[in-house]
Amino acid sequence: MNETVLKKRKFQMTMLFLGVIVLTYLSAWVTDYGFVSSLEAVPGAMLWMASNLLVNGEALGKLPDIMEKLLETVFMSIAATTIAAALSLFLAIMGSKTTMVNRAFGAVSRFVASLSRNIPVVAWSLILLLSFGQNSVTGFLALFVGTVGFLTRAFIETIDEAALGSVEALRATGATYWQIVSKAVVPQGLPQMVSWVLFMIETNIRSATLVGILTGTGIGYMFDMYYKTMNYEVVALITITIVLAVILIELLSTRIRKVIL
Amino acid sequence: MPLLEVNGLSKSYQPGNPILKDVSFSVEEGEFVAVIGPSGAGKSTMLRCLNRMVDIGEGQVFFDGKDVGAQNKRGLRDVRKNIGMVFQHYNLVPRLTVIENVLHGRFGYKSTLQGVLGRFTEAEKRKAFELLEKLGIAEHAYKRCDQLSGGQQQRVGICRALIQDPKIILCDEPIASLDPNSSKVIMDHLKTISIEFGITCIVNLHQVDVAKDYANRIIGLKKGEVVFDGPSLLLTPQFTDEIYGMKTAVETRELITV
Repeated sequence: MNETVLKKRKFQMTMLFLGVIVLTYLSAWVTDYGFVSSLEAVPGAMLWMASNLLVNGEALGKLPDIMEKLLETVFMSIAATTIAAALSLFLAIMGSKTTMVNRAFGAVSRFVASLSRNIPVVAWSLILLLSFGQNSVTGFLALFVGTVGFLTRAFIETIDEAALGSVEALRATGATYWQIVSKAVVPQGLPQMVSWVLFMIETNIRSATLVGILTGTGIGYMFDMYYKTMNYEVVALITITIVLAVILIELLSTRIRKVIL
Repeated sequence: MPLLEVNGLSKSYQPGNPILKDVSFSVEEGEFVAVIGPSGAGKSTMLRCLNRMVDIGEGQVFFDGKDVGAQNKRGLRDVRKNIGMVFQHYNLVPRLTVIENVLHGRFGYKSTLQGVLGRFTEAEKRKAFELLEKLGIAEHAYKRCDQLSGGQQQRVGICRALIQDPKIILCDEPIASLDPNSSKVIMDHLKTISIEFGITCIVNLHQVDVAKDYANRIIGLKKGEVVFDGPSLLLTPQFTDEIYGMKTAVETRELITV
């Protein structure tokens, strides 16, 4: 009995493995992707990067402009994330099974979260670009909408995991709904939630560049502009500053996490 | 009039699968009642029906003259603030300090805004410290609850129930997750509370010996029905055998003596 189960599992694993290989081969064939030829292209691409993406003195002269745009982008990401966090907290309290007021509210909040999460940020920026035009509000909104979806989901899980027992206890003392939320649910879930917000700020600074390219705002717009005018030295400088900014934010949030958890 | 009266209480979570069947009993002020029975007998559900943490199916529960099932939101709040509750897993907010957790017991007396802002009076704070002192954990008042041992956390849970000035305390398996020493401490405290403050206690237990040692009266539940209700002294081995089914009763006793 036991042996047959093991054999069956082994057979299943083998079939799965074979399936993946066949699938890979098929998709390469359908999309006309040649593994060898793409490998062959790597040295050439490297050479191009090495010769074109070099920061020179002229590019460094643009640094103040770049820094200004970079800061604008960073602040926009932080603003979008924190404001989204406030809304997400509300939606998550409504959507979590532990703290749900009623089923209708819960369903609505989960639907809103799911909708905004499952449409990619890129799609949001393009949709919002049409309705709001090319300005920084569009970029802000694109990040905001995507963040609300993700954070609501994360907060719901945090609340469900953290608060079940104490919510029951406080309900039994006769505490009101908002007393329970503010004194049991929020304090218990707060570090986890702050951690998610920090994670989202990091992610959003990265996405902000892409959103900027699409909506013509912030550092992304600058990147796009110099890229299209083939001023690759500046493009390289912009990329480096973005990378440095992201690393800096990551270090900072690791620090903050250590303190609060 | 008895403090608590349960009339023909029935409850089922799924139709056709009743958890409680026609449970009736009444509890006088100052009684120390143990509810015993095997897992799944409906002890927890019954206890939670008393303060409507679980909605009452059929039948009625009268607490202090009020029909618990018929209360609106505000009435239910009034009922609940007079009923303390102690849980198996303590159900504290682990990241908050001991004193904060104890003061949570006062929320029933406060407006939402006072509660949210954490406005407690001097008298309430003094009372909280007195209770902590009484249960021997005053030195931990400013520690976070997740730094305390199980027995200490349960004492915080008892303080939180006591600061409500309750007429009755419901304990759902208060010692099921504790070692024998802490269990004894907790049960002793519950007994002291019932004698000193005259607070009625209903304690769910699955240790028959503990129930017999501490309770004046025992209610035995089996498959949702009351199969024994009387003074602890009258709980003979035959009854325990009936409540638990013969084999289990022997095993339970062995476990306790270890």
